[in-house]
Amino acid sequence: MTPYALVDSWTMTRRELAHWARRPVQVLVALVFPVMMLLMFGHLFGGRGVEGGYIPYLVPGMLALTMAFGLEGTMIAVTRDLDKGVIDRFRSMPMASGAVLVGRATADMLQSALNLAVMLGVGYALGWRAHGGAGALLAAVGLLLLLRFAMLWIGIHLAMIAGKPEMVQAVQILVWPVGFLSNAFATPETMPGWLGAAVEWNPLSATATAVRDLSGDQGATSASWAAEHAVLLAVAWPLALTAAFFPLAVRRFSRLDR
Amino acid sequence: MADTAITVEGAHKKYGDKKALDGLDLTVASGTVQGVLGPNGAGKTTLVRILSTLLRPDAGRIRVAGHDVVAHAREVRLRIGLLGQHAALDEELGGRQNLEMFGRLYHLGARHARVRADELLERFGLTDTGRKPVGQYSGGMRRRLDLAASLIAEPEVLFLDEPTTGLDPRGRAEVWTSVRSLVGGGTTVLLTTQYLEEADRLADRIAFVDGGRVVAAGTADELKRLTGGDRVDVVLRDAGQLGAATALLPVPQDAVSVDADRRRLSVPVTDRMTALAGVVRALEDAGIEAEDIALRRPTLDEVFLHLTGDDRAGHHRVREAV
Repeated sequence: MTPYALVDSWTMTRRELAHWARRPVQVLVALVFPVMMLLMFGHLFGGRGVEGGYIPYLVPGMLALTMAFGLEGTMIAVTRDLDKGVIDRFRSMPMASGAVLVGRATADMLQSALNLAVMLGVGYALGWRAHGGAGALLAAVGLLLLLRFAMLWIGIHLAMIAGKPEMVQAVQILVWPVGFLSNAFATPETMPGWLGAAVEWNPLSATATAVRDLSGDQGATSASWAAEHAVLLAVAWPLALTAAFFPLAVRRFSRLDR
Repeated sequence: MADTAITVEGAHKKYGDKKALDGLDLTVASGTVQGVLGPNGAGKTTLVRILSTLLRPDAGRIRVAGHDVVAHAREVRLRIGLLGQHAALDEELGGRQNLEMFGRLYHLGARHARVRADELLERFGLTDTGRKPVGQYSGGMRRRLDLAASLIAEPEVLFLDEPTTGLDPRGRAEVWTSVRSLVGGGTTVLLTTQYLEEADRLADRIAFVDGGRVVAAGTADELKRLTGGDRVDVVLRDAGQLGAATALLPVPQDAVSVDADRRRLSVPVTDRMTALAGVVRALEDAGIEAEDIALRRPTLDEVFLHLTGDDRAGHHRVREAV
């Protein structure tokens, strides 16, 4: 680390913000798309088999899913940079080498925080309420951003393995099943036994259930260990994933000179 | 040490089983332009990437601007500029935005970065580009902006990796003009190219690289002498007189090369002006009419083919380029 680590990280974050200003439509779409999903699934499924109304169940699920799918945005941005050669210029300059990653991380977290704010607003309009109070709501937002933070490093690592933007599609084939095989849309009890068990242990399910718990809605729908300790898991899973993928991503990045 | 800007001793680099550099040695004096010439895959880009700290060599001692590229990469980075083969720019941002960002990353401070960006835009004729994203620039404009970006911190040593590949003649001329003006300022330049003409025009010294090592090095004139020095080319009006003309010339007959299709004789000479006058007089005395008589140096193209052999893969490419 050089004495300029902070300054350089800020410069790199500003670069990402300048990108937003350059493509406002894309930014808007990224904000609107999860809202569209929320409306669509809310009305399409109507929550058969969920007690206490579908919207309170679905909103936390969609929040968690949106955080998880943030992985794709990270991957696309990283592969695009690697592909364009601008990374070469950064690496040939006397800047703090970590700043490139910190800039990416800050911008992606900001984008996700915006996503959360918009979706919470729409959720509120649809009738979702944070019954647990302001503290619990903040904790829920914290858990959601923690999940996003873990996804960030997975995304950077996978992007550097994939290399080209075209390869991101291959990763999407994996991301979507993992996203949908969760309790975001339906309770595990409505699924075949083996699938329900797998779904309960999905990190995304843990976060969704924890957010439901914290907002004072029907949280755990089963008495399994994973369901009962959702908040613990919603902390442990992202921390474990970050502990695994943060060093991998940083190592990959610092080994671009091999 | 101050007199030497770049020292490369025994540089090795392998990609898997393929040897990209195989014991390359090179020394470049400060304030000069070193051309590095070679076919595709000769190791030129690998050399530039190692010199600019982007790539770690497997072995070798490599110093740039007085510092080791592996042990003291940051010291090296403070003193170099890089123009890679592909534009190293943020294509979504505009020209000024790019230069300002790079200026901040060189820690010029916000104000100085802005002033420097304006200076460079002016100098490279890019002031009117406004907010247009770099992705929409023409190839020549993008290269100029890329070059401007590599000059932000007024580097002691500048690396240009095939700076004009893919540019039209006008874009190429623009880059050449810029490079020439730089050298006046005392910057050391290392330039790789596949275009022999480019090396001939810009470089003080040239190194031919093939198979990951330097196969010949020297000034353009020294290298041209490798193929046997100057020649007088004569094109006759009548191909039937080629034999008679050859016999007249004041050199051993087997040294003269004859191209009957073009009605041309090519004669190696040592003393340029005397020899030219001698040839003209001999033909005149014998009443043989010449369409064209020219004194010429061998081209770097000929040197290149002489050094690498005719069957090289890069041969055709080099041919086309000239």
